[in-house]
Amino acid sequence: MVPGSYYTGLSAVLFAIGAVGVLVRRDPLVIFMSIEVMLNAANLALVAFGAQFGNAEGQVLVFFVMTVAAAEVAVGLAIIVAIFRLRRRLSVDDLSAMRW
Amino acid sequence: MGTVVFLLVALIAVGGALGLVLRRNPIHGALFLVVNLGSIAVLYLTLGAQFLAVAQVIIYAGAIMVLFVFAIMVLIPGKEETGPDPLRPVRLLALPFGALLLLEVLLFAVSRPAPPARPAAVAGGVQAIGRLLFTDYLFPFELTSVLLLAALVGVLALAKRTEVRGAAGGEPSRRIGEGAEAPVRGAAGGEPSRRIGEGAEAPVRGAAGGEPSRRIGEGANAPEPTRMKR
Repeated sequence: MVPGSYYTGLSAVLFAIGAVGVLVRRDPLVIFMSIEVMLNAANLALVAFGAQFGNAEGQVLVFFVMTVAAAEVAVGLAIIVAIFRLRRRLSVDDLSAMRW
Repeated sequence: MGTVVFLLVALIAVGGALGLVLRRNPIHGALFLVVNLGSIAVLYLTLGAQFLAVAQVIIYAGAIMVLFVFAIMVLIPGKEETGPDPLRPVRLLALPFGALLLLEVLLFAVSRPAPPARPAAVAGGVQAIGRLLFTDYLFPFELTSVLLLAALVGVLALAKRTEVRGAAGGEPSRRIGEGAEAPVRGAAGGEPSRRIGEGAEAPVRGAAGGEPSRRIGEGANAPEPTRMKR
């Protein structure tokens, strides 16, 4: 049986990779996908903790996180598409203002 | 055996995440992310969370990634990251920051106090989750539907606003152009003869389309010549 700390360690590594991706990349779509990596790292940690303590509540929480992630992706991609329609550019360096 | 499987899948997961961050092409990044999500689904299976593994594949690798790939296809990004980066020194700060974050999270995640005696079987089947969702977590579960509805309406509003604005901007000029702009546009194009030529062409096309009267009526319409010019 794999110790639970392996799972949380992997979760930490994935979370750090996602955070670096958010900070380094310029493409908002890739930044969104890096956020998905971070969310999944947190989900993995939740499931690992739930398995460690033998109850299913961690998995219920992961279920809610998945729902919120789906809603967030839908709205975020709609915002990106709207910005692209107006600006014809997608680099996050140009998007310093919240209004246009 | 279990450890070998875990290490293999963990390697694939980390490789997928690294591929997403390091590859320039966003579509390659999306496919690497699918690999990452699939390997995490396998990890859920090894943890006894069958329902979440299936949900992960259906919701993440299915719905969300299709949405991402679709957005990538529509927007065709990637041009943003080809030129020199004016903020490169600032961005390179992300690496020490990321290393610090990794250290911190690892310290927190791995060196926790050991859990109490490990329970034998994890109650992680579909039955356990369903029972929890519809008893203890019924209210958050219902709120989820409200959240999804709000996201749906929000996305529709976001997608529709620009269209309405574009139509509002385009409508008046077209109405004005119907009468007054047509000759001006012809002059700007420097092809007065083109309008005459169009008149000559009209019957031919009308015959081909089987609607001669429609073609003549449209001759007075301003947007039509511009569309022809393209």
